[in-house]
Amino acid sequence: MLKHESIETNSGLLIVLTLVAIGIGGLVEIVPLHYIDSTIEDVKDPQTGVEMVRPYSPLELRGRDIYIREGCYTCHSQMIRPFRDEDLRYGHYSLAAESKYDHPFQWGSKRTGPDLARVGGKYSNAWHTQHLIAPRSVVPESIMPNYPWLLETELDYSDVGARMTALKKVGVPYTLTKDEYAGWTDEKGQKHPGTVERFGEKVANTLDINRAEDNLLAQAKAGNYDGDPSSISEMDALIAYLQVLGTMVDFSKFDEDYFIQFR
Amino acid sequence: MAHSAVVSSEQYNYEIVKKFAIAAIVWGIAGMTAGVYIASELAWPFLSFDIAQITFGRLRPVHTSGVIFGFGGNALFATSYYIVQRTCQARLAGGTFWPNFTFWGWNLSIAIAGTGYLFGISQGREYAEPEWYVDLAIAVVWVVYFLIYTVTLVRRNQPHIYVANWFFMSFILATALLHIFNNLAMPVSLFGAKSYSLFSGVQDAMTQWWYGHNAVGFFLTAAFLGMMYYFVPKQAGRPVYSYRLSIVHFWALSFMYMWVGTHHLHWTAIPDWTSSLAAVFSILLLMPSWGGMINGIMTLSGAWDKLRTDPIMMFLITSLSFYGMSTFEGPMMSLKSVNALSHYTDWTVGHVHSGALGWVAMVSIGSFYHMIPRLWNTTIYSTKLIYTHFFLATIGVILYITAMWVSGIGQGLMLRAFDEYGNLAYTFVETVAFMHGPLAARAIGGMFFVSGMLVMAYNIYMTIARAKQEEKTPVVAVAQA
Repeated sequence: MLKHESIETNSGLLIVLTLVAIGIGGLVEIVPLHYIDSTIEDVKDPQTGVEMVRPYSPLELRGRDIYIREGCYTCHSQMIRPFRDEDLRYGHYSLAAESKYDHPFQWGSKRTGPDLARVGGKYSNAWHTQHLIAPRSVVPESIMPNYPWLLETELDYSDVGARMTALKKVGVPYTLTKDEYAGWTDEKGQKHPGTVERFGEKVANTLDINRAEDNLLAQAKAGNYDGDPSSISEMDALIAYLQVLGTMVDFSKFDEDYFIQFR
Repeated sequence: MAHSAVVSSEQYNYEIVKKFAIAAIVWGIAGMTAGVYIASELAWPFLSFDIAQITFGRLRPVHTSGVIFGFGGNALFATSYYIVQRTCQARLAGGTFWPNFTFWGWNLSIAIAGTGYLFGISQGREYAEPEWYVDLAIAVVWVVYFLIYTVTLVRRNQPHIYVANWFFMSFILATALLHIFNNLAMPVSLFGAKSYSLFSGVQDAMTQWWYGHNAVGFFLTAAFLGMMYYFVPKQAGRPVYSYRLSIVHFWALSFMYMWVGTHHLHWTAIPDWTSSLAAVFSILLLMPSWGGMINGIMTLSGAWDKLRTDPIMMFLITSLSFYGMSTFEGPMMSLKSVNALSHYTDWTVGHVHSGALGWVAMVSIGSFYHMIPRLWNTTIYSTKLIYTHFFLATIGVILYITAMWVSGIGQGLMLRAFDEYGNLAYTFVETVAFMHGPLAARAIGGMFFVSGMLVMAYNIYMTIARAKQEEKTPVVAVAQA
């Protein structure tokens, strides 16, 4: 029988047993999440079989970086819970799949302002621009800071390709090679679908790192998010990101109880 | 007594303890002032003055890192280096170089991280905001800290390792584990600040809150229990109440804390089994937490009169009372039904501060008032000012947490209210308008607490200045003779 005296007179034993005691909880809770398939919902278009949740386009990605830089997560959540009031206020509860390409996750822990998980498409670009420059000019009771510099600062997109490459290394399906784009078969005969097959050609083109800058410029020009077509500002990128939040999954295409099986 | 103190200052490395203690007070005032400022921004939004660097989103991590790692971290380095030497009756390992390495490494890391936040350099993960290069530096410092601590333990001149050291060891090991796994990230380039977390979505959330809650569990609890186990018996002049209780609650606390992080993710897209498991362990955790509280408070049995006469004891016992209260509130909030209301609201913020101000800060302050005069071989400059500090701090904490209960529970109830036709009774922004009063009261509570810290800084400054004066005097006397 091990007496406690033998632990408290032996620093090596104390260290080893403490490591065992503190190691177990994390192992049991974290490791299975990487292996249990139902952890992340399978969200494919029932008609076309195309994956609905896609990685961010280059412009959206730069917008997301700005969202993180400004610390928006300290006041806004991106995680709608399955309650009636949240459903009425924000929309369908958030799926795990909807943040599967979010490195890091931005679920947040505090709602000093409202949840943003499905803010995409709820307000016009012009509203967002005005609201970000001077929140109290559109919502008098708001306590959000003004962000006028977003409109004045030109977006630095020189390293957007490097950013996508870093994300590719941690598992986001951005593509560098023809094979990754179009799919390939390895020597064992195993087929690896490319991004064209997984997301459709139009989306696959936006995930091509080689075309990152062109894609970013094209989206900014077509979207003209901040209302000023003469330059691409940080405002353009941030609004492009906000406008895609929560819009990737079309819930009308699924049975109401389809997602219940994953919970 | 004066004689033995002179001996111990030669026997032990007190210089490093002094440095960390002063750094803790400086960071405490800086970090808490940042906290008061961002709290004021929420009540009076014009205070961000359209300056990017001082908006809430960028300044908030300056506050959290400043108080947790700056104030808390330096206080833990100081007290752990003090306690491990005194209880092992051995000089700190690593000569003068390695302890100094931990001092400069730790403080430069926090300073670099903190100034980075102002310019938007952040990993965007709560309490783990430092970017990859700071994380690497912290990891190196931490390994050195572990080695200094362990070698000192091995060289002890006492057969038994005193209970305070178990808690410090558990804190050092757990922090290393959490810090390394939670900060795995891919830098965009070797010469740039930006990195992306290795994990995404659900797995990232799980890892982050495993880290986040155990920053509370080990950094802000286990280690401060180590502090408590030395300074409460010392100040009370009584032995620890129960040896058996300390064993049981040490192992139970170390084992259970690591399971509870997912209670920060109730009702989210995390699989339900993880959050249920976390809720169960959170409720179980009440027992070891209260075990520690009872062991601390009951150490005073037979010396209760000290609560009337000794302001240091008032700090220590009040801190344990807040510890007991917040470790009751925590398990309650981790029940899914309560969490449905409390999550995302100021109730959580209030809960954190009843732990952080009421427990962590107060036990550190009490310990410092005990330790600092001994380090400089003198007595405290003013006991009256300790009383003043005690009342400023207590009023501050109580104002803070009651304001947050009103704001948090109020907003939670408003958001889930329906009118007679089944529509939402309030828009979101109506809850923001409702919170103005409590948010202002919270900022004022914070101001009370910071003014207490300023009183402490003055008292400590005068104590040290006088000690240096006393040191010089005998030399002069000898010269004249």
